[in-house]
Amino acid sequence: MKFAVPVFPGSNCDHDMVNALRDVLKMDADFITADATSLEGYDAVILPGGFSYGDYLRSGAIARFSPVMKAVAAFAEAGKPVMGICNGFQVLTEAGLLPGALQANRSSKFICKTSELIVANNQTQFSNAYAADERIHLPIAHGEGNYYCDPATLAELKANHQIVFTYADNPNGSIANIAGVMNRAGNVLGMMPHPERAVEAILGSTDGLGIFQSLIGAHKEGVHA
Amino acid sequence: MYLVKIYVTYKQSILDPKGEAVNDALHRLGYTNVENVELGKYFEIKLHADDRPVAAEVDEMCDRLLANVNMETYRYEITEMEAL
Repeated sequence: MKFAVPVFPGSNCDHDMVNALRDVLKMDADFITADATSLEGYDAVILPGGFSYGDYLRSGAIARFSPVMKAVAAFAEAGKPVMGICNGFQVLTEAGLLPGALQANRSSKFICKTSELIVANNQTQFSNAYAADERIHLPIAHGEGNYYCDPATLAELKANHQIVFTYADNPNGSIANIAGVMNRAGNVLGMMPHPERAVEAILGSTDGLGIFQSLIGAHKEGVHA
Repeated sequence: MYLVKIYVTYKQSILDPKGEAVNDALHRLGYTNVENVELGKYFEIKLHADDRPVAAEVDEMCDRLLANVNMETYRYEITEMEAL
């Protein structure tokens, strides 16, 4: 399985992501530039964390208009898997590929710690390696991770089981404790916690592996969405 | 040439922790009569008129880039500048 990891000016979790994919999971993974216009030959795209374009204006607001995002939108439209971690999640909401928005943490502090998550939906191509309601521990590191959507959108997210991960102990004020959501079609996931930082015991946790293993398993079975 | 002044602020339903922090700081300085602080963004854009109405173009800029209409609202003033 071949992954593309777009690198925006200011991305800083791209190397962690490629390390997890290549060195730990033994997958093919390429860094691609924000100016890339094609994703041909790739099976999945993962937008990494960081501070794309310095988080100027709003997190993800400027990255969303970089050329590669047109290709990412077409890739998602074709039903192929797209994942956004942290800043990547912010880019996906700004791009309208996921509903809602990430606002400033309720505490107005940057939060960097391990968070306990609940796998709210394990019937997805991003989470089927986990048990239902399994509790996992992943690092979070963000200032704007407080997920917001209007009540009508929240009702839709719940009705369509689009809430994939929730916080056991809400650190940032997110509505309905949301840590990760997917689109209605089930092929685009955004999450604030960092699974790529939890793939080796020496890093403190291997709980993030399940997300990648789910995707790889789904790909092997030819599941797209 | 037009000068457009754009103000972007959070919707009422959205938390404004930066505004709250400034509010608290003003209280600490003794300005206990301060009721509320809203902290937003201000843009000054100079542009040449093309074949489209300036207001329509500004609306589009705000909707697409300058504001996230999921959580922010905007208002603006357009003034015509004298050619220098």
